[in-house]
Amino acid sequence: MVKQGVLPDALTKPFWDAANDGRLVIQNCKACNRLQHPPAPACSQCGSGDNLEWKEMSGRGKIYNYGVVHDCPVRLLQDDQPFNVAVIMLDEDPGIQMYSHLPGTPVDDVPVGASVEVMFEATANGQKVPEWRIVA
Amino acid sequence: MTTQNAPASMYRTTEGLGLWEHRGKVAAVGIGHSPTARRWDGKPETTMGANSILALRKAIADAGVSPDQIDGLVIDPVTTTGAYWPEGKPIPMDVVNAYNTTGDPLDGIAKLSAEWLLKNMPELENVKFTMYGTGCMSHAIVVAAQAVGDGLAHTCLVLKSWHNLEGRYYQGGANAEDAIDGTSAISRLWGTPASYGTALQFAEYCRKYGKSHDMMAPFMANSRRNGLMFPEGYWAQHRPEQLTPEDYLAARWIAKPASLFDNDIPIMVSAAYLFTTAERAKDMKQKPVYILNHASSRGRPRGITPTLDEVEAETGKTGRMLYEGAGITANDLSFENMYDGFTLFHQFHIEGLGYRGMKFGDALDFYQTDISIEGPNPVLPSGGNIGSGRSRFWMHTDCIQQLQGRAGARQVTGVKPETAVSGGPMPLGGNFTVWSASPD
Repeated sequence: MVKQGVLPDALTKPFWDAANDGRLVIQNCKACNRLQHPPAPACSQCGSGDNLEWKEMSGRGKIYNYGVVHDCPVRLLQDDQPFNVAVIMLDEDPGIQMYSHLPGTPVDDVPVGASVEVMFEATANGQKVPEWRIVA
Repeated sequence: MTTQNAPASMYRTTEGLGLWEHRGKVAAVGIGHSPTARRWDGKPETTMGANSILALRKAIADAGVSPDQIDGLVIDPVTTTGAYWPEGKPIPMDVVNAYNTTGDPLDGIAKLSAEWLLKNMPELENVKFTMYGTGCMSHAIVVAAQAVGDGLAHTCLVLKSWHNLEGRYYQGGANAEDAIDGTSAISRLWGTPASYGTALQFAEYCRKYGKSHDMMAPFMANSRRNGLMFPEGYWAQHRPEQLTPEDYLAARWIAKPASLFDNDIPIMVSAAYLFTTAERAKDMKQKPVYILNHASSRGRPRGITPTLDEVEAETGKTGRMLYEGAGITANDLSFENMYDGFTLFHQFHIEGLGYRGMKFGDALDFYQTDISIEGPNPVLPSGGNIGSGRSRFWMHTDCIQQLQGRAGARQVTGVKPETAVSGGPMPLGGNFTVWSASPD
């Protein structure tokens, strides 16, 4: 299941560079001591862009929710239908969520609440992307 | 005349504002619709712009005013159902040249400016106020209501139009590319269709409250039934087919637990309303329907998609804002016409309202009772997008028609139509209006 390639832009380049290095980083506002994802030019709480940094995460989380995609609008993924798309909440902060195809997990047999760990998967242009797998 | 987006000051987005300062002083007095079509057939006379002109002229005639009395125009300039003009595809200049043009050849075909409308409706010679309420009719309505109340316009047209082109929606553009930009990739790499986020919330709802997707079937059948009594709608005009519970339960999944019928059908259609002051409305052709309040949700999720907790907190707040500004309670609602496209969030809206005393988690059980227009607890008498196709305005038209007593076969009979609420689209991010047969 190969995802579309990613063309990092100025806002998200640190996130994607870290993924290529096998690290998961999330934007953090030093003034608010608050993580935010997706990345933004300014802190969604204090509005300042001056105190944003990239903070490395443990790469552990929980499956919060999931759906099964049967009619995908993205051409490159249509041959892989149906597939899971889960929402992962990070252990560091459940308010931070990421999507996952949960590689290796049977379709529509997703244990909500299960622990997961990050892995990094190459997309169509070689850029790596954080993905998640269930851990015992 | 340069048209601007409505400023933030025109929206009521917080609790504690008290009664709306223009409560009962603004009224809807005219309605106009274009015919519906599944997609544009390429002819000059059926463009989105042509539909817009037709709907506006019908609303003016319905209200019984002369065009020179119109001094305001509020529209949504974004008209796509998800279909965009393909890059590189020749623009049909015969169509463009059939109308007075602006600097953008797609104006009137795949987008709409107030300038284009005024250039092609010379009878609107006294329009001095134009404004954009971008997103849907729900948005344009609150802007127009506030504008008339504030005295920015006295007799104001409100318009929402949709274009739909060939092909499957959302399948072009970035979704057809081999690579996408890094910011988009954060949320789009996983290939989720539009209904996925709502499907997630519904899945969590079912786990939390012990409900199931099957319990939506009576709501779906009721919505299509009501839609087939809406002569302005797509299904009534083109495919007068009831949607049985069996049809619904057998439908293929789009993003499980959202099925094909939980997603509305994109169509071409335009609708217009005429708003004026309550004072002016007294002696007009149609019975006025008064606006008691409007309120807007600007809630944002913290994460990548709204959680059920965030949805319920926001719909509850929306309900409280609506009642506070209108000076009513849930007990005053004759019926509700909250948004349904996607169907799986309609229950969030009506639970937030506390419609018929319901609390969070109650709606799907409520759907198993009599929710018909003949009963004491009508749910979505318009039929919404499920009943008549994606327009996001059937609910508003229905509120006006029901309170005027001219909803035809769809007229509610189990309750006296006195006060109603409509709006949407999303639980987090929408605009809502309280309508009344009386200004008091």
